Amino acid sequence: MGPRLKLFLPLFLFAMLAITLFRGLSLDPAEMPSALIDRPLPAFNLPQLGLPGLLSEQDIEGQVSLLNVWATWCIACRVEHPYLQQLSDQGVVIVGINYKDNDAAAERWLEELGNPYRFNIADNDGTLGLDLGVYGAPETYLVDSAGVIRYRHVGVVDETVWNTLLEPAYQELIEEGETQ
Amino acid sequence: MKAITLLVTVMLVISAQPALTLIETYDFSNPELEVRYQNLTEELRCPKCQNQNIADSNAPIAQDLRRLLHQQLEEGASNDEILDYMVARYGEFVRYRPSFGGASIVLWMAPALLLLAAAGVLLITLRSKSKSNSDGVASLSAEEQLKLESLLNKAEQDS
Repeated sequence: MGPRLKLFLPLFLFAMLAITLFRGLSLDPAEMPSALIDRPLPAFNLPQLGLPGLLSEQDIEGQVSLLNVWATWCIACRVEHPYLQQLSDQGVVIVGINYKDNDAAAERWLEELGNPYRFNIADNDGTLGLDLGVYGAPETYLVDSAGVIRYRHVGVVDETVWNTLLEPAYQELIEEGETQ
Repeated sequence: MKAITLLVTVMLVISAQPALTLIETYDFSNPELEVRYQNLTEELRCPKCQNQNIADSNAPIAQDLRRLLHQQLEEGASNDEILDYMVARYGEFVRYRPSFGGASIVLWMAPALLLLAAAGVLLITLRSKSKSNSDGVASLSAEEQLKLESLLNKAEQDS
């Protein structure tokens, strides 16, 4: 390296640092990929909310679906509820996990606000939530027809989230299923 | 006397604060398990919080993980089994001491690599310096030497 080029070394180092820090500005540190991406759903055997009988991971398989973790104590769940209803009306299959909740309160919620869910898994103790790596409601998992988790979104699902993050992945899975 | 009593009371109240914030306590069948529980709650990171271990956090998920940890310890699980269980669900994020291997290998090797690089730069710099110094002394030709002497003489006369 010539002595003249050497003079540019501090500038080069500064540019590297600036690029790194600038990138850091647009990163969300709270965003954490699920450890279960591309893994099958964890096995479970839990009661169905409001109906007799047990549900297992096999009940979710068979079609592309959204797995929505919700609870009556979760304020953000109330916010996303109307949009889930809208998606459900469009034909998107949504399965609910009623996470660490009271069955009676959950049933009342569905009566009052409407029920966008194909069925609800009553995970009163949060055991399924734990196996899924849920750390706060609401969370929404995209599950393919073989029961493999493809995507996880933490937080409210609204129009922006659906259009930019979930729908592209969802459509891809639907098309994948049609070609097979 | 009254002042001292007041002071002691105030200090006692202040020192009792941390105990008040502890929301749950667990009984262990074996004191060794309790030590491991303390160590693991300090090593495991609360998934909901950005930078708190599960010992310090009051988030519901941290409470759940503490309960689970207690249960697993009582069932006789080893530290590695417990950590693997947590990592399988929450990813490497839950460990403040990530395991050696995979993507974290860069993290583990970085200090050693940086130290080596720094030593290399130092060595090169020192070497080129000593080289240019010795070159400088030897490269004066006879003509230059004469010129230098005349200049020095002139400077002496001027002063």
